[in-house]
Amino acid sequence: MIDISIVKKLRGAKGEFELTIDHTFDANDFWAIFGESGIGKTTLMRLIAGLETPDSGRIIVDNEIWFDSTRAINLIPQKRRIGFVFQNYALFEHMSVLENLLFAQHKHDKEKALKVLDTMGLNDLVHRRPRDLSGGQRQRVALARAIAQEPKVLLLDEPLSALDAMTRSQLQDELRRTHDQFGLLSLMVSHDRSEVFKLADRVLWIKEGKIAKTGTPSEVFIPKTLSSKFSFVGELLSLSHYDVISVATVGIGENIVEVVLSPDEAQTYHIGQEVIVAAKGYDPILLPMSH
Amino acid sequence: MNALLDHGFWEPFSLTLELAIITTLFLFVLGIPLAYYLAYTKNRFISLIEAIVAMPLVLPPSVLGFYFLLMFSQDGFLGALWVKLFGHQLAFHFDGLVIGSIIFSLPFMVHPLLAGFKGVETSQIEAAYTMGKSRLVTLFRVILPSMKPSIITGGVIAFAHTVGEFGVVLMIGGNIESQTKVASIAIYNEVEALNYTTAHAYSLILFAFSFVVLWFVYLKIGKEHRGGM
Repeated sequence: MIDISIVKKLRGAKGEFELTIDHTFDANDFWAIFGESGIGKTTLMRLIAGLETPDSGRIIVDNEIWFDSTRAINLIPQKRRIGFVFQNYALFEHMSVLENLLFAQHKHDKEKALKVLDTMGLNDLVHRRPRDLSGGQRQRVALARAIAQEPKVLLLDEPLSALDAMTRSQLQDELRRTHDQFGLLSLMVSHDRSEVFKLADRVLWIKEGKIAKTGTPSEVFIPKTLSSKFSFVGELLSLSHYDVISVATVGIGENIVEVVLSPDEAQTYHIGQEVIVAAKGYDPILLPMSH
Repeated sequence: MNALLDHGFWEPFSLTLELAIITTLFLFVLGIPLAYYLAYTKNRFISLIEAIVAMPLVLPPSVLGFYFLLMFSQDGFLGALWVKLFGHQLAFHFDGLVIGSIIFSLPFMVHPLLAGFKGVETSQIEAAYTMGKSRLVTLFRVILPSMKPSIITGGVIAFAHTVGEFGVVLMIGGNIESQTKVASIAIYNEVEALNYTTAHAYSLILFAFSFVVLWFVYLKIGKEHRGGM
């Protein structure tokens, strides 16, 4: 469990602003930290990791004080027991995959490291150097290395952003499975709604440096007016017009779906818009994303 | 050609080699912490230290040599200290050559190392910290191994530069057999004595040596970039 209440002044594209976060992350949940880029999502992760220092406030993890400005407590990153998966993976190129894991461990235990690699299907790569791996494999190794640290908290900074759509989708499943298997509290930075829907138990939506909404992905993203049997978030790819109807083509992850609209309805959408495809009764309907 | 077999012929080379090896070792010990500090500190006086380190690049060796001579003589503060500690002064002694060479070759070691440190991604260092590794462990296990080409470059260039040094050595070392008469000084001597054949032999050996050293550096660095080593 992370109990965080901090303030940190940041410089963004629109000038200075304050990141104010007051929140409790429950144990074993998979949290998505969601919001536009430059809003302080990565900074929040770095503050928890101890790689940056808040201007004031406190961070308490499992009853252990990691930061408290009033008592001048600021644990160095080395003492915080977190696993941090960086956006660029930060694998050590001069070490093999196994050596990367062994180095990450707090207590040297080769058996355990091999078991983590085995669990994540990385058996064949044990003695390979990171530079000989594909993007997806590198990501898996970075995750395995963070797990090998046996962290209290797993911090993932846009871990899948550098991958192609196919690998990304596959790794989303693996990420979720790994989280469940090791019973961790995970925090993942993402600005991809479909990814958040697929992975996260809960979402912390940051807007203008403050918490805008929290809750399950559907609570946060889907408009309250909709009580649907199923719903997916996708991107509107094209709008075609035939006699009396229009057809919207929507890309959802790897899949393409077509939804019938009335020409009047179709006029309210534009290509590239984020939309929800939902079913009410029998026919799928299209709704704009709430922002 | 008999001169080649003569023990005296090779002595300047063994002396040069000894000087270059000792200097390079000291430069590693000194250069790594210095470059580390320069690369990662946020001290606003950093440019001052950088300028001091780079001074030997622009100063005429005779200027450096002159000040070394003042410092190293019996009346100089370092020379006087040396007399107290070791019973001899620094000027016109091998020890003086070592100290002079270390200072003179410092930028040739520090600059490649500095570039190496700056080239290591911050996330690599931060990753090691989150794994509970101290700064020292991170330096030796993560940072230095990932900047091998810079370490090789720094070491070899500093070594080669010490081998080729002339002006400073002439000023502070003089020309004492098996003490300060290094190869570059020996060439100067032979030319002055009009022994062109010997001067030629010394020069050719230094020429070939310098070429091989530089070739080795580019070969190693090239290999590293191509993913060898």
